[in-house]
Parts: sequence; structure tokens; C-alpha cells
Amino acid sequence: MNDMSTEGYVTEDGRKIGGVLMEMKDISLRFGGVKAITDISFNIREGEIRAIIGPNGAGKSSMLNVISGFYIPQEGEVWYKGARRPQMKPYEVAQQGIARTFQNIALFEGMSVLDNVMTGRLNHMKTGLLAQSIWKGKAEAEEVANREKVEKVIDFLEIQHIRKTPVSRLPYGLKKRVELARALAVEPSLLLLDEPMAGMNVEEKEDMSRFILDVNDEFGTTIALIEHDMGVVMDLSDRVVVMDYGKKIGDGTPDEVRGNQAVIDAYLGVSHD
Amino acid sequence: MAQSSEATGGLASVPALLQRNAREFADKAAYREKEFGIWQSWTWSEAEKEIEAFALGLINLGIKEGDFVAIVGRNRPHFYWAMVAAQSAGAVPVPVYQDSAAEEMAYVLEHCGARYAVVEDQEQVDKLIEIQDQLHQLEHMIYVDPRGLRKYDHHALHRFSDIQEQGRAAYYEWIEDLKARREKLTYDSTCVMLYTSGTTGKPKGVVLSNRNVIQSAKNACEFDDLNAGDEVLAYLPMAWVGDFIFSIGQAYWTGFCVNCPESPDTMMTDLREIGPSYYFAPPRIFETQLTNVMIRMEDASPFKKKLFDYFMAHARKVGPAILDGKQVSTWDRLKYKLGELFIYGPLKNTLGFSKVRVGYTAGEAIGPEIFDFYRSLGINLKQLYGQTEATVFVTVQPDGEVRADTVGVPAPDVEIRINDDGRIFYRSPGTFVEYYKNPESTADTKDAEGWVDTGDAGFFEPDTGHLRIIDRAKDVGTMADGAMFAPKYVENKLKFYPDILEVVLFGNGKDRCVAFINIDLSAVGNWAERNNIGYASYQELAQHPRVLETIQNHVEEVNKSVAEDEMLSGCQVHRFVILHKELDADDGEMTRTRKVRRVIVADKFKEIIDAMYDGKDEIYTETEVTYEDGRKGSISATLQIRDAQVQPVKAQKVAAE
Repeated sequence: MNDMSTEGYVTEDGRKIGGVLMEMKDISLRFGGVKAITDISFNIREGEIRAIIGPNGAGKSSMLNVISGFYIPQEGEVWYKGARRPQMKPYEVAQQGIARTFQNIALFEGMSVLDNVMTGRLNHMKTGLLAQSIWKGKAEAEEVANREKVEKVIDFLEIQHIRKTPVSRLPYGLKKRVELARALAVEPSLLLLDEPMAGMNVEEKEDMSRFILDVNDEFGTTIALIEHDMGVVMDLSDRVVVMDYGKKIGDGTPDEVRGNQAVIDAYLGVSHD
Repeated sequence: MAQSSEATGGLASVPALLQRNAREFADKAAYREKEFGIWQSWTWSEAEKEIEAFALGLINLGIKEGDFVAIVGRNRPHFYWAMVAAQSAGAVPVPVYQDSAAEEMAYVLEHCGARYAVVEDQEQVDKLIEIQDQLHQLEHMIYVDPRGLRKYDHHALHRFSDIQEQGRAAYYEWIEDLKARREKLTYDSTCVMLYTSGTTGKPKGVVLSNRNVIQSAKNACEFDDLNAGDEVLAYLPMAWVGDFIFSIGQAYWTGFCVNCPESPDTMMTDLREIGPSYYFAPPRIFETQLTNVMIRMEDASPFKKKLFDYFMAHARKVGPAILDGKQVSTWDRLKYKLGELFIYGPLKNTLGFSKVRVGYTAGEAIGPEIFDFYRSLGINLKQLYGQTEATVFVTVQPDGEVRADTVGVPAPDVEIRINDDGRIFYRSPGTFVEYYKNPESTADTKDAEGWVDTGDAGFFEPDTGHLRIIDRAKDVGTMADGAMFAPKYVENKLKFYPDILEVVLFGNGKDRCVAFINIDLSAVGNWAERNNIGYASYQELAQHPRVLETIQNHVEEVNKSVAEDEMLSGCQVHRFVILHKELDADDGEMTRTRKVRRVIVADKFKEIIDAMYDGKDEIYTETEVTYEDGRKGSISATLQIRDAQVQPVKAQKVAAE
């Protein structure tokens, strides 16, 4: 299934997956002498939920940071929307329509949920500083239009009741949801989720899974996610990349990956006799 | 028949009232709902169009006169429209509690044989799909919120707006049919069927006619002078008779506006934004609000807290008297005015009660302290006694004659009779038609002359003519020494403490009373946080020694106050436990309207009760719990049983004679 053809495929539940949106070619990343990622290639197709899994220290977060442009790999190429991506600043990557959430929540703690989510619309605002400080006219109309989009997201993620609440007062699970809201407000073509369920209880995990599936279903957003919880990953994703010690040891549908001996060894350990 | 539709000017059905409102109040807001952060509104003429489109869509889908349409969702304009649309098409709406577990829902839908179900979202659709095998009659499901449902098989599943669209497209095909069906509706046709949750046994379908609903709504509106300018917030379960009467009956009779909250969690914010002029809530809501106020005052600065305490003490002293227009000294009035400026006004504003002209509490007895708290702020909160079978109203309190311990005088056109054993019977235009498919129960409850047994015991106060409810007739008992046992009285006293959420008192036929207590997690949790007490779960917090001690103090306080009452001093609590779980409707321990099912609780926790009477100090227990999605789990805990100090029982008059 992990072929290089440009046509997509159809998932079990009948969703049509499109062509390749992002392609990682022979990526290697080093920090000094430490090899974080060695020679990894895979692609992300339009409309799919793609997971990157692996044990602790496998290099998953590094991989996500390469995708989001935060780390620049020493070797290899990143192709996005059919073109090779040059070295970019993270904000330039964001302008290309890639949004992300963070493993350790990175919200503006003192600001309200609404304001936090509104920051996701920054790239869609065209009026200048001066116009915004005078506020009347164009800037106002623009804010109203953006607020409308944000309200749709708030409604979608069911966080109406905390709209005006400062983020610092929210419990962990809700903060995660607010972060997702901010990323969605960007209207991304590729959404990166860094351990969206880390530290959550079962109920929160179920809610989050439902939101991720709904986002993909409702807006057709391509999602790449890193996750620890194997059960969640296998249920959510269309295709999975498995990493261990910076190397790719498996790639395919959840069922294929589950049966892969290298993956089983990485997760359960191998006897050395 | 005693009344004909002439009394209401020929308006013999809810759809007829809709037509009138669309003419007379065409541009006045009929519905509002907060969506996407903004209050969206529909005028009466717009609402009429929406309802017509949906009714046409239903006819297009093949709905027949007399069909049942289940309505499962939280308060949203769409569901009110769906109910009136169903009526317009000659069908009968059956609102169902949306938080019911799948089996409960299956029972109701199977019992009425609903062919159509209008539901809110994916959650409800999934629930109905799960029980589809048991529902042979269910043919079509219509949902409002399309989210997550795109991939579902849409052969028998439709989107609300699509049905309306189809209705508009087929306008000329069906409009004459719709009009004809609407014309056929009379005062005697069924208006709605509501399932009573019932503290015992299976739910029963109460059939209410247009006469019941319109006549009751009209009488109640006249009693409180409600008019088209009033505003209500619709947040109570749609399956409850109260919501049907307020949000449909009275709203359609007077033409006032029904406001729907954005989500269940935003209710308090929405309440404040709307500032309703007519407000209705079960005691539970008032208790929760009071608890929240008290918690927040605990966190306030010492100066603010002092100010609050000072003025609240003053309000308790003179507030109710001022509200009732009684004589109060000028100095006290002045001080009350000052309090209004500093405390009462802002507090009422925060609670969303600034504009409340008429507020009602019903469904259960309210603790006098809670009741007085709101009245002392100047909120015209009154009590009402009613039930589904009476289309709500049995007795109401007129303005100026409000007291915490009575439920008022008979509502307009209601006759009341009290039997020798204290049981209350009534007869009124609101008296229900029958229990659906259950003639035995109908005959048990309603006699040939139309008198209905309330199941409650009470008496009329000789001086004022106000009705006083003692308790559910079957809950009132006698203790081993012949003294009266009335659990509600003691439970309500305990429930006034913000720490205590629920109490169940036992003692019928025994020599002393024991009690189960549920702590209020928000109040006690807040207290624990302030006192640096760590806890991982409800069970752990409930068994914390300091929590037990606090509750023990409350119990002993209440014992003192109960001992004052000559009739009930035997009901003092000798021993109590704090339960390891909250009583929950999902586990069948409460009804959906949150009334305790005493018999079930007593049966389920029998070993704990036995241990309390056996004099044990602690008991290990394991209980099965049901999660909202129907899965089951179990929780276990070792509960400590505490002894509470009791006051000597006063020599009882009854015994002395």
C-alpha cells in the first residue's frame, strides 16, 4: 500500500484518500554526534490520518519538528504540495498551511480561550497595525469575519462554556482541546498533532479521538499525529510509520504494522541470547 | 364537558395558537438560540414557516394521523418546532429524556410504537441504532446536528433541514392535506404524551389533550399576569411536563419568547445574558446556585465577605416582609436599599435574576432556608405543587401569600379533596386523559368522576387555606414507638448545607433513624483545596476524617432542630454513613428528574443499612455502577459508620393523651 503512485486509495470505511501531500525523502537529523533520525522516507497523502509511533526516544518528535520546519535535517529532502521545500522559518511553514499542537501545551496562559483561538487566524488577517489600532472599517470587518470562523471551531470542539475563561484556569484535558482549536482556526491543509492524548484519562482520550476523526471527516484535513497509546493509534489512523532508535522499522496500515515482527520486537523487547 | 374551546376563543389546539401568533405577533421574537456566540432569533411568523416546512416534510415522508414521534434532544428551537409540526400533521409528539440509557429509551419508544424519531446528534442516533432490533415500528430518524453522521446509511436517516427542504419543495402537493389535518384538531385530540419517570416501576405514558394543555396554560398565565413581553429560558428537560407547559403551552398562549441556551454547560452565562422575567426551576437548581454563591464568597476577600454576611443577615430579617408588602420600619428599608446597591443587586445580576417577575420552584419540596435566601434578595420566588397527570398545576402560591412550608391555594379551576387518611385528590381541566395502553393504572389513579390520587399526604391549614404537604403518602410511616416517620422533613434540613447533596433517611418501623449522605463534590472539593487536603476520588474524599467530622456536626445541628418539632422529634438521625458513590439516575437510584427512589436505594444498599442497625463501625461494600454509555463497572469501599448525638425526645402529645 505504501507505493509511490500518485493516485490515492480508498479506506475501509469508504473515504477517498488523495495524492501525496508531503513526502519525506531520506531524512537524517543529527544533534552533534547523536543521530536522532537516520535515513527515513515516507509520505503523507491528502485526507488521511497518518500516525508516527515508536517507543520512547525513537525520534518521533524530532520527525514532527522536521515536518513543521522547526528542525532542519542535515540530509534529505522535504517535498510539500509537489515542490521541494527550501529551508524555511517556522512561521513561513505556518503560512504554507501547516498547523500543529505541542506535546507540552504552548498556549498564552493569561489570555482567554477565545483570544488564544483568535491568534490562529493571524495569518488570515491582512490589515496593518495602523488600521487595526484605528479599528473602524476594514479592520473591524476583518475581525468579525475571522471571529465567525473561530466561533465555528469553538462550536465544533464544544468549548463554548469556556470561551471567556483564561487558559490558566483550565484543566489539562481542556487546554489540549483549546490547542487543537487554535490549530484548526488556521484552517490548515496539514495538521500536526504531537501526542494529543498524552496524560489524559480514558474519557478524555475518547473525546479527543472523536474530535480528531470528526475534523478529518468534516473538513477533510490531512492529519499527521504522534502518539504513545497504541490502541488509540491503531483505531484512528489510516497508515502508520513505526520508528525505533531513529530508524523506520515499519510502515503500512494498522493491521500490517501490528503483524510486523520488527515492530513487535521494538515494543515488547527481544531476548539477547 | 365542563369547558369547551369557546373559553379560549376557539383556539382549540397548539397549531391553532401558532397560526394566531404568526398573525398577531408576526414580528415579535418567538425563539432565540445562542449559536456561534450570537443569539439567533426567529419571529413568530418565521417560526410558523419553519414548523410548516417541517410538517410538510413529515407528511412527505409518510406520517399518518395518530402516529407517535419521539423527540430526543436538549432544548433547541428545532425540537419545539418538531413537536408542533408533528401536532400540525395530526401526529403525537413524545419527548424523551435525552440522557436516558439505551434500555430506558427502548422501553419508551417500544411502548408508544413511535414510527419517527427526531434526535439531536450522532450520540442519539447511535443509541437508537443500538436498540433498533427492539423497535419494530421505528421507520425514520431525523437528526439536527449532522456532525459525524456523513458516512451513515441514509436510507432511513434524514437531516432536519433536508426534511424541511423536501417539505418546501413539495409545498403544493401537501399544503391542502396539512391544512385539513390541522382543521381536524379539536380540544379533545391528544396534544402530547409524556412519560413519567416514576419513583417506582416502569415509566407510564401520560396522555394530555389540547384541553388539558391550553386550559392549564391559560389559567396559569392569567394567575400570574404573564404576557407577550415575558422572556423565559428553556433549559429544563424537554420530556418533563413543566418544560412543555412553559415553553409550549404558555409561550403559545401568550406569545412570549423562548430562549434556548448554547449548550448545557453555558446555561448560567446564558441565563445572565437573557435575564428572564419568568423563571422556573426545580429546587435542585436553586440549591446548586446557592452552593456556588457560598463557595465563591468563601474565596472572597475578608472585607467583601463581611459586607456580604452583614447585608445577607439584614436581608433575611426584612427581605421577605418587604417583598410581601408588609410593614417594615423606615430605617430597615433604608438599610435594605443600601444592601440592594452593594450586594443584592449585583448578586441578582450575577445569578441572572435581575428581571425575574415571577419565579417558581416545583417538583420537590424546597428547603425553607434556600427558599428564604432567594426571597430575601427580593426575588419573587413562589412554590407550586403539581404533577404530570394534572398538566402541572394543582396548587400555586398567590403573590403576597408565599411561605416556605406550604404550597399555596388550589390553582384556578382546580378542586381539591383530602381523604380521611390525609391523601390529596384533585379534579381540574388539566386532569390527564389516560395512561397510554394501561387502563388498570388509569383506573387506579383516576376515578369515574375524574378525581385523581396524587399519592401525597397533606392537609389544609385552617387559618390560611393553604395546602401543606407532609410527604409522599407511601413514604410516611411510623416508628417502632408509634411516632410519625416523615423522611423528607429531615432530609431537606440536611440538604440545606452546601456540603450535602443528597440524603436518604431510613427508620420506618424501627426504633431509630439512620441516614445515607452524599457530599457535594464541588463544595467539599473546594473546601479540601483551601485546606490542603489531597484526594484522588469521590470515595476518598467522602471518607476523609475531617469531612466525616464536618458532616457529623451538620447532622447534630439538624438533630437539635428536629427535636424542636413535637410531631417529628423521633426522626433524629442516630447514625449515618457518607456513601461511596453519588446516587445516580443511570444506576436507577434516582429518577431522571432527580428524585430518590427510596425502595431501590434501600434494597441495593441493604447490607449498609443492616450494618448501621447492627452497631458496626464500618462496612466493606461493592457496588455496580453503570456508565452513561451503558457499560458497567464496580466500585468498592470501606465505609465508616458514625454515631451522631441526639437530643432527648420530647414527651409526645399524642402519646400523652
